Amino acid sequence: MMRKKASQLLQQIIFVGPSTVFFILIVAAPFVLGLYYSLTSWNGISRQADLVGVSNYLHIFTRDLAFRNSFVFTAKFTLFSVLLTNVTAFILAYLLTKPFRTRNVMRTVFFMPHVIGGLLLGFIWQFIFVRGFSSIGEWTGLSFFQLPWLGTESTSFWAIIIVFVWQNAGYLMVIYISAMNNVPKNLMEAAQVDGAGKRQVLGKIIVPLIMPAVTVCLFLAISWSFKLFDLNLSLTKGGPFKSTESVALNIYNEAFNISRFGMGSAKAILFFLIVAVISMLQVWATKRKEVEM
Amino acid sequence: METAKRYNGKIVLVELLIIFGGLLFLVPFYFLLVNSLKSFGEILTDAAGWPSAFQWENYAGAWEKTSFPKAFGNSLLITVLSNLLLVLMCAMAAYRMARRPTWFNRILYMAFVAAMLIPFQAIMIPLVKVTSVLGIMNSRTGLILCYLGFGAPLTVFLLHGFVKSVPLDIEEAGRVDGCSPYGIFFRIVLPLMQPIAVTVVILNTLWIWNDYLMPSLILQKPELFTIPIETFAFFGQFTKQWDLALPALVLGITPIVIFFLFMQRYIIDGIAQGSVKG
Repeated sequence: MMRKKASQLLQQIIFVGPSTVFFILIVAAPFVLGLYYSLTSWNGISRQADLVGVSNYLHIFTRDLAFRNSFVFTAKFTLFSVLLTNVTAFILAYLLTKPFRTRNVMRTVFFMPHVIGGLLLGFIWQFIFVRGFSSIGEWTGLSFFQLPWLGTESTSFWAIIIVFVWQNAGYLMVIYISAMNNVPKNLMEAAQVDGAGKRQVLGKIIVPLIMPAVTVCLFLAISWSFKLFDLNLSLTKGGPFKSTESVALNIYNEAFNISRFGMGSAKAILFFLIVAVISMLQVWATKRKEVEM
Repeated sequence: METAKRYNGKIVLVELLIIFGGLLFLVPFYFLLVNSLKSFGEILTDAAGWPSAFQWENYAGAWEKTSFPKAFGNSLLITVLSNLLLVLMCAMAAYRMARRPTWFNRILYMAFVAAMLIPFQAIMIPLVKVTSVLGIMNSRTGLILCYLGFGAPLTVFLLHGFVKSVPLDIEEAGRVDGCSPYGIFFRIVLPLMQPIAVTVVILNTLWIWNDYLMPSLILQKPELFTIPIETFAFFGQFTKQWDLALPALVLGITPIVIFFLFMQRYIIDGIAQGSVKG
């Protein structure tokens, strides 16, 4: 009996131990430490972190205009990017489940930007907005390409949206395609026999049956948009005049550029709360729309 | 989804439309490649056109100035080791958590799942402190350890879902035949987990290879830089020197694009599967 217990304990340690240790050291402990730092005026260098209570939070809510602006930017960005990425992905998936000859090649093409990663994509597009678009503008005379894309507040907002949709639509497309492939064919054929038009099949059969995919895709798009960082850093650096500074970039600058680790931690905790609440609300809302087969 | 429709005229038309859309989608890569082979003057005067002469020396310059082979080696080493350790370690944990749902394991699993909601920005500030206290700052090993910790929640979650779908009978048969608990895991369950392991490795590879923020906080010595930080540092130094910057970008994206083109079937299937579980 004792030996069995000891063997179970040993198994528990060997199997679960390593991931638990790393999880605690890299995620759990820093998270708790962050809660503590958020109540201090720590600058990241001094040995001692002075407790200042909730004054960091008060400052963020009452006086920190830059943070408020970054939050408004991120919220607005998330709204548009989630919508546009999902609509694009859905249309691509709907078309690429048709019996095309080039189906697999086209899927690969639309997925490709996602594998490259936001930082490098941001630099590539920086070139395209600065030099490429103006060159196309000269050729075609279209005013769309002659805008100062990264130079004004409103155009750089849309510049990031364009790159974000280009980067991520293909990923969500893959998820929508696999969900659409799982919709039973006989159900759609039955509907067509009953005289349902294309629009009805789409709205009454396909969309309800792929709601789990919608849940996942909205969740991913919201969390990617809210955590916008790499693309933001390399494409606009938050400019012009901080107008495109995302919350994640604002926190980064607060901590590592002006060395206010305490204030940065408070922002990070708020950021976590916002991301968690929005994600859970969204999953709860779309889960209710899922139907059982 | 595909009903038994013939490949008729209307479909051909839609297909041509989507091919056109796909070509538009690739235009940024055209701009990147074509301009990486132009002289600086030509980039400024005619960015859209074909190069009048290929300037291969642009690449030689970028290759030298970015010390590309070193950055590639670092990225490769960090991605491969992180992936192997992460998948093995998390497979063991997920297996135990799924098969022995004691109160302790259930709470631990819930903590892992809940932690998936934590954005990296919410832990990065204290993490800098923790890593320097642990003495793993400024080392590739340290960065790998960080990936093991931060990647564990999602990896455990995906693998846990899979273990629950593996029938217990197989394990019992192994036990009857005299297999030890470790033997059952390593010789029976782990090989069965291969399909989900592929998915997990793909998801983690895309994330770790492209990650900028974590390595930029952990690695400060230039000889340890991965491709994203090397690229970022390079851009800071050679802003707007497009005849160097563009070939550097091409070099930076080439490895992952090649990897993708070879593995694209697995990658696309893996993401589809991962999303069903996630």
